[in-house]
Amino acid sequence: MSWLMARLRAVAVATAIALAAALAASPACAQQFDELIRKLASDDFGEKLDAAEKLGALGDGRAIPALKALSDGTLFLRKADGAALIADGARYFEAVGGKALGELPAGDVEKVRANNRLRGAISASLSKLSLFSDDRATRLAAAREAFKSPTPETAAALERALKSEKDPEILTAIRFSLNAAKVRAGSVEDRLKAIATMAGTADPQVKNLLTGVSNDKDAPPEVRKAAAEALVSIERTLAIVGVAENVFQGISLGSVLLLAAVGLAITFGVMGVINMAHGEMIMLGAYTAYTVQIVCRALLPKEFVGFYLVISVPIAFVVAGAVGILIERTVIRFLYGRPLDTMLATWGLSLILQQAVRSIFDAQNKEVANPAWMTGGFELIPGFFVAWNRLYIIVFCLMVLLAIVALLRRTSFGLHMRAVTQNRDMAAAMGIPTARIDALTFGLGSGLAGIAGVALSQVGNVSPNLGTIYIVDSFLVVVFGGVGNLLGTLVGALSLGIINKLLEPVAGAVLGKVAVLVFIILFIQRRPRGLFALKGRAADS
Amino acid sequence: MKKLSMLAGAASVVGAIVAWSAGALAQLPPIKVGVLHSLSGTMAISETTLKDTVLMMVDDINKKGGLLGRRVEAVVVDPASNWPLFAEKARELIQKEKVDVVFGCWTSVSRKSVLPVFEELNGLLFYPVQYEGEESSRNVFYTGAAPNQQAIPAVEYLMSKEGGEVKRWVLAGTDYVYPRTTNKILEAFLKAKGVAPADIMINYTPFGHSDWQTIVADIKKFAAAGKKTAVVSTINGDANVPFYKELANAGIQAKDVPVVAFSVGEEELAGIDTKNLVGHLAAWNYFQSVKSPVNDAFIKQWKAFIKNDKRVTNDPMEATYIGFKMWTQAVQQAGTTNVDAVRQAMYGQKVMAPGGFESVMNTNHHLSKPVLIGEIQANGQFEIVWQTKGPVKADAWSKYIPESAKLTADWTYPWVCGNCEKPKY
Repeated sequence: MSWLMARLRAVAVATAIALAAALAASPACAQQFDELIRKLASDDFGEKLDAAEKLGALGDGRAIPALKALSDGTLFLRKADGAALIADGARYFEAVGGKALGELPAGDVEKVRANNRLRGAISASLSKLSLFSDDRATRLAAAREAFKSPTPETAAALERALKSEKDPEILTAIRFSLNAAKVRAGSVEDRLKAIATMAGTADPQVKNLLTGVSNDKDAPPEVRKAAAEALVSIERTLAIVGVAENVFQGISLGSVLLLAAVGLAITFGVMGVINMAHGEMIMLGAYTAYTVQIVCRALLPKEFVGFYLVISVPIAFVVAGAVGILIERTVIRFLYGRPLDTMLATWGLSLILQQAVRSIFDAQNKEVANPAWMTGGFELIPGFFVAWNRLYIIVFCLMVLLAIVALLRRTSFGLHMRAVTQNRDMAAAMGIPTARIDALTFGLGSGLAGIAGVALSQVGNVSPNLGTIYIVDSFLVVVFGGVGNLLGTLVGALSLGIINKLLEPVAGAVLGKVAVLVFIILFIQRRPRGLFALKGRAADS
Repeated sequence: MKKLSMLAGAASVVGAIVAWSAGALAQLPPIKVGVLHSLSGTMAISETTLKDTVLMMVDDINKKGGLLGRRVEAVVVDPASNWPLFAEKARELIQKEKVDVVFGCWTSVSRKSVLPVFEELNGLLFYPVQYEGEESSRNVFYTGAAPNQQAIPAVEYLMSKEGGEVKRWVLAGTDYVYPRTTNKILEAFLKAKGVAPADIMINYTPFGHSDWQTIVADIKKFAAAGKKTAVVSTINGDANVPFYKELANAGIQAKDVPVVAFSVGEEELAGIDTKNLVGHLAAWNYFQSVKSPVNDAFIKQWKAFIKNDKRVTNDPMEATYIGFKMWTQAVQQAGTTNVDAVRQAMYGQKVMAPGGFESVMNTNHHLSKPVLIGEIQANGQFEIVWQTKGPVKADAWSKYIPESAKLTADWTYPWVCGNCEKPKY
């Protein structure tokens, strides 16, 4: 399977180079082109930079594979004659002409180094070349990239692209970038017209562009005035977008808090057990995801490895749940009604679990990769960026919450659990096996923490200390929301998340956190039972 | 043959004793080396590796016949990432165990905690981590980098043509003494280079900060101002993984906004998927990718000792290696492990470092060593893109902080002082 993929990829690279070669320009140009490609593989960064810029100006599509290779670190130099080669795995191709060379001994070739400055020059060159690419996504990215370098040459390339382009989205992007070039220079009417089209947007790049123009002393006064006016409306839009962005980030942080706290809402909220080892259940879930990932990488074909995360969820639930039941049966059940003892015992347990994980997996952070479908994000509106993993976690969190509500309201186990919570003696008298229900409830809470661990492995560390980061926040959420109330936990987590994120830009991360803590202390003084107080066993104690 | 028995207790101390069964060496009492690194708690992630490095060096020297004809014995204690416990454990090592030297500490706060103990009992500490400087104790040898051996050259690189001529700076750090002091020095340096205050954004976050959305969004906005922007990161420990993950997800690429980190090495990268981080930078005095015979041997020795081919080496490990080698050379030269004699023998001590150069101990108790800038690669290693021409001598006191610029650290005659404006004699 994998060799086939490699083969296909190799063929694809070869055809790309050959196709590019077929589009070759005149012989005189060709010689210059060959020379420039050779210079790309030079030892001198200045020469490489010069070659990358000239290749962009040359407008020869054949340069795209070589430039991309240099930027990606797959461009090699053949030591024998200084020719530039492109590597695809262990196979090599000539950068000029695309002749396949097969595998070469490592001693014959040397990797050509790039740095960030060179990569910047390459992406500018590529954007000029890519405006005429066959691939829609490449053209779109190029049209957007052109915004950053509003030079007359870019404008000329954009004008040419405008004539040949058919795709409406790319056309919009081209016009947008072209406007940026026009705002900078040109006749007064053209500049005014370009500014007018930009007034409604909320893109920080536009804001900077217009700020530059309004401060430019060489610009005509009417242009500067128009730019300043447009800026006012952009500022207003940006402020609104900023708040929306903060609220989204708050919801995202809230969803993370909710996931971390929802298991605790069951064990602490419903059962009244102060479980200091709750964070370690989260950690066990994250390590389960790590282990499943290793197994998946070994067993599954490359395309499906990304699904390890989906497989991890039930496994993490079972692993953490089983550990939870074990803890309940061996330690906690002897300590019901003795909160201080429970607290100390579970704290000891948390240290034991941490050190156990440290002994098994060692103390280093473990890499749990974001699957491809969770990497990156999209711009909802300009200036408002939504990352996929955040969005998935919010959705996942809601699904978990709905599942718990369904379990509590619609199953007999849920009914028994609620009955035991409200009146243990009466429930026992009705024939409910309270000890079994206790164990299962604790297992459920722990299992939920395990699931949370899988999700949290996507945004943070997977280390033995993972749990300690979330334990305090989890207790805050549960206490703030009201002990023993799932709705309270939901509202508590979301409001803490949003308050935190609204405060952060104003007060900074450190002070923001302090402010939230002070707020909760004051709030608990006013309402000791939290947002949503509940009656029952937990309320009595 | 080595038998290492480790006792792990829950909230209690973890102790390890290395017992040797070497025949001839066993007659004389052993030379004791204290190891004061956290093996549990938040810092265990970084410090256990250094404990293993010291054990590896001890193992190595015993294989070569010990030191001064005596075998060397490591005494390992666990201060559990608990700063006051560091001071207690240091006292225990010096007074009860009577160790001849201590290798230990990672965070500056732990070093500050043990400092009075070492000074009171005239102990000897080798501190192997890059730090904020502004210190020179008679009883400590600092084998990590001072700011002028890491932070300043890294910023100069970014200002250069090759580094991308950065004009706007985000100084992001964890809220404690190392980032605060380093950023103070960097801010003064940037202003001295003509950077406007509006082009500097300083941001602090709590330890273990895990939600970076707002800050990364702020960095993105700050960088959209049209001038080339870079992030100088003194973010420590666990907070790095979520930070880099958020950067990758927000689509911030190294060619647009490079991040240069002072606390991220090979070990930290092991916990991150580096595919989306290629091109971000780190400044150190050592990278595993350095090509030198000493480094090849060092990496081989480490992988063999730890019995895991996937483990990486990093800068603090190299600093531990340099410190240990220098100490053994000084002991041999002095013919004794007496702290005062060894201290005198330390000055001018030279070691061929795995970083591919000869490092020298100066009379300010800091090293001279070159600075390397590495780019993160997709395989979790660094590729060296720039390095200083020769070794840089560490300044214990920064030139860029006015009140520090006046101070001199020199523990030889006529100064004999770590923070004086005039020689003592």
